[in-house]
This record gives sequence, C-alpha cells and structure tokens, in this order.
Amino acid sequence: MTRALALLHRRLVGSVFVLLIVVIGSFLLLEAAPGDAVDAYIVSTGGDAGMIELLRHRWGLDQSELTRLANYLWALLHLDLGQSVTFSRPIREIIFERLPTTLILMGSATALSFCLGSALGIYAGARPGSFRDRLLSIGSLALYAVPGFWLGLVLIVVFAVDLRWLPIGGIETIASAKTGLARAHDIATHLVLPVSALGFIYLALYLRMMRAGMAEAWRQDFVLAARARGLSRRRIVLAHVARNALLPLVTMLGLQSAQMLGGSVVIESVFAVPGLGRLAQEAVAGRDTPLLLGIILVSTVLVIIINLLVDLAYAVLDPRVGASEASA
Amino acid sequence: MNRLRRFLQTPEAIAGAIILALLIVMALAAPLLFPGDPQAIAGPALLPPFQDLSLPLGTDRLGRDVLAELFHGARTSLAVGLAAAAAALLIGSVVGTLAGFAGGLVDDVLMRITDAFQTVPGFLLALAFVSIVGPSLGVVVAAIALGAWTGPARVARAEVLSIRERDYVAGARVIGMHPLEIAFREVLPNALPPVLALSSVIVAAAILTEAALSFLGLGDPNRVTWGGMIAEGRTVLRTAPFLSVVPGIALVLTVLGVYLAGEGVVESTAVRRSLS
Repeated sequence: MTRALALLHRRLVGSVFVLLIVVIGSFLLLEAAPGDAVDAYIVSTGGDAGMIELLRHRWGLDQSELTRLANYLWALLHLDLGQSVTFSRPIREIIFERLPTTLILMGSATALSFCLGSALGIYAGARPGSFRDRLLSIGSLALYAVPGFWLGLVLIVVFAVDLRWLPIGGIETIASAKTGLARAHDIATHLVLPVSALGFIYLALYLRMMRAGMAEAWRQDFVLAARARGLSRRRIVLAHVARNALLPLVTMLGLQSAQMLGGSVVIESVFAVPGLGRLAQEAVAGRDTPLLLGIILVSTVLVIIINLLVDLAYAVLDPRVGASEASA
Repeated sequence: MNRLRRFLQTPEAIAGAIILALLIVMALAAPLLFPGDPQAIAGPALLPPFQDLSLPLGTDRLGRDVLAELFHGARTSLAVGLAAAAAALLIGSVVGTLAGFAGGLVDDVLMRITDAFQTVPGFLLALAFVSIVGPSLGVVVAAIALGAWTGPARVARAEVLSIRERDYVAGARVIGMHPLEIAFREVLPNALPPVLALSSVIVAAAILTEAALSFLGLGDPNRVTWGGMIAEGRTVLRTAPFLSVVPGIALVLTVLGVYLAGEGVVESTAVRRSLS
C-alpha cells in the first residue's frame, strides 16, 4: 500500500505542474482569440457602450495581463469556467451535462477495443509468424489506417440506412417517454454504432501491442523453463506468454485516453451524440472560445485522473513498480 | 541501389512503396491532368460514376468532378502530412536534445511542458488552435505539429542521455566547443535514427488528423481535401454514399501505404544493423 501511495504522491505533484501549464496555455489562447467575455455577454443580453465599459471594469478585463491571469486562475480554483457565448449559460453546467454521455461512449469503446484487441492479439501471438498471425497483422494495420469518422459513416450506410437494424444517430429516441430498463436498452442500441466506430480503430493498437509483446516473451528463458516443466501449450500461452505481454497494454490504456477523447469529437459529430466532443464542435461552429477552452481543461483533468487510476492499477499488478519510491 | 533492394524485401514493403509512388504521381500530375479549379462546376450535379467518360467518377452535389477533386486532394493530404510531420520531428528533436543535453532545471521545465502537451487531447488542441487563428494550410500544419512533437522529443531525449556520456562528446568539450554547438552538431545528428523511425507513424497520424479537421469544416477552404469531400458527401449519404466512400478509401490506402513503407524501412535498417 505504501508503494501505491508513494507513487500517487509523486504523480500528483507532477499533475499539478501539468495542469498549471495547460491553464496558462489556454489563457494565452483565450487572449489571442478575437473578442472577450464582455463581448460574449453583450451578444447574448444586449447593452450599450457605457455598459461595456462598466462590465470590462467590473470583471477586471481592463487590468494588466498578469492580473487577468491571476483572476483566471482564481476563478478556475473555484471551478468557475466562465460564461458560454452560444448557450448563454455557465460553461461548467453545460460541460457537466454532456460529460456522462462521453464517459459512457469512451468507457464502452475502451472496453471493446481492449478486450477484443488483446484476445485477437493472443490468438495471433500464440504462433508468431503463422498464417493467421500475418493475416491479423495486416488486417489490424489496415484497420489502424481507417479514419474513425469515415468508419462511422460506412457503418451508418450499412447498418442504419441499408439494413435498418440500428438507429442512425442520437443517444435515445426523442420523446419516447421510456423509463428504466426500456430506456437503458434504447440508449444501448443508439450506442452500438458510435462505440464500434470508436472502438474498432483502437482495437488494432491493442492487438499489435499484444502480439509484439508475446513475440518478445516467447524468446525469454521462463518460457523455455515452462516448456521444460512439461506444461501444456495452452497454459504456456495464457499464463506465461500472454500474461507478461499484458502489462504494457494497461499503460497504453492511460496513454490512449487523450487520443480517445479527441476521437470522440468526430465520432459524436457523425452520430449526433450529445456529448463533450459534439459540444466542442458546437463551440467551434459558434466561435465560442471560452467554452472550447473549458472543454480542453476538463478533458485534461479527465486524462490526468485516468492516468492516475491506470498507474495505481499498474502498481497493484506489478510489484516492481514504485518499490524504489517506497524504500527511499 | 543495394539499399533499395534491401528495402523491397517483404511483400508488405513493396505494396507500401507502390501505393506511395502512385500517390505521389497523383499529387504531381493533378495540375497537369486537371488544370483549372477543381472546385469549379464541371457537369450536372450528382452524376453517378462510370456513366460519362469525361467524368469517370461522376460529380458531387454541386456538379464538381470527383476524380479531379480526388487528385487535388492527394496534394493537400501529402503536403500537410509531410509538412506537419517534418515540423513535429524538428521541434521534438530540438526540445529533446536541449532537455537531455542540458539536464537540471532546463530538462525539468522542458519535460513538464512535454507532459502537458501529451496530456491535452491533441485533436482538441488542434481544433482550438485552428478555430482561433483561422483555417489556412500553414495553420493546419502548425496545429497538427503542436500535438505530435512530444513523442519525438521523448525519444530524442532518451537517446541524447546515453550519447552525452560518450568519449567524442567529452573530446568536443576538451577542445572548447560551445555546449550548444556540441548539442546540435555532435549529439543531435547521432540521436536522430530512432527519432526518424517514428516518422511513418507521425506522417500517418498527421494525414488522419488533417482529414478529421477538414471533415469538421476546419480545413483550408480554398483547397480540396479528402476530409472535406467526405463531409460534403455526408449530406447526400442516403442517396449517393459513393461520394463519401471513395475519398475515404483513398485516405485508408494512403495511410496504409505510409505504414507499410515505414515498417519496410525500419525492418531493412534493422537487418543491416544485425548484420554489421
């Protein structure tokens, strides 16, 4: 337990610096964008030049850049992300409304890509160099070359337009007044296509990592030892070779989360899923810079949290991790 | 010649080389085969493919020649992919070399910044950057490079850390070379091979990111892009799925070609290393 705590402590300190850099970066982008919070407010409420002056003064926008940065940091400490131009509402409210949908989408897509990817990777890596290994390697490379949004469109054409098996987009049937299990089932059917589009791309990554790790593990002495002990091939593949190749995939799970958040922007736009990614696209369309930067900050925090969780899982799975910190 | 033969050993590398060669020919021949504006109206709207010999792939919703757009789109994809990857590799190797060679506070600061760029979802950053600065080819390249330089920076730093302890670096110090000169003239060139090994993955990712940006309407509006073509075709997805499917296949083939050729290069150099 001390191992995990020491690791957590070190990572938390690092995360604070990362977050600070991201906040300063987003402040600079906000400054570079045309218009400020007062312009945004006036657009949504209306007002004259005197009102603009008054608001600029009251919100401290007529002060020096450093003071404004300090004000920005102070507001963020209170979880105040400012006012959205397009929605005329506090950004925090909008983001937290949209976040659960994206988390469900990302979580399901991650589960799909990780489970299916590592299973296929084990299948390919069980016999490196065999026909099925080569076939899966080429296939996964081709899959990895597919743009997610295009795969989404193709899935729509096949399963929603031609076969009519699944809904074309959205997160649930509008005004269906479904509750409980019926509603959950409705949401699940709406999520099948977006989750597949997002998950299948990353499936290739896990497959390739698993396969490469296993090809490496086959050459290790402990595999020879396991063979010499007369273990069955199945046992060697699963309990020795695959198990050792699995750990780097867990790290990848954390590293991949940032890319998956980016990927969900296009996927949510394609399937009209009202999540964080679609919100980002709406913010771009409405030239709503504060909202866009708010989304970036929240996603950064999300990525940091996911990586912390992955690190902790890693410390539990691999006794070597963090051992040096605990003893130091 | 020998090097080329070694590169073309596996069927995968040959396939990659053929795809890339075709693509480069497409990009170079676009202004010769389809002179004039590819975004100009060339015929009736929504002409299906293989109907009219002068418009082999038909026309889109506005009556533009799909084949001409496809050729001109190859130019944009390749140009943006290569430029963004070159920028990312350049920034990454300079930052990595400085961090690894200087050590101490410089290293700490640069690596925290690298961490920050790695934590922010790169696509969201590119989205914000393009939407604030305004879409043009250069801005798109910069936006993509902004999210892609961290990998090369880490690899370069790790390599520099091992190189800076070598004898020839100590020798350069003894003869009184300026540390920056040692870093960029002695250390960086020797740290480059593992960094360059990343280039195919970075080019591929850059092409995909450019496609996604222009799909969302953030590409250079004056240029034809495959992502923009897919977005255009999306509005008539039910009646003419062909318009979205064709540029998508071009994208998949391009990225696949880059991957395959990249693996071929890495493999051929790995063979050379294990032989020597």
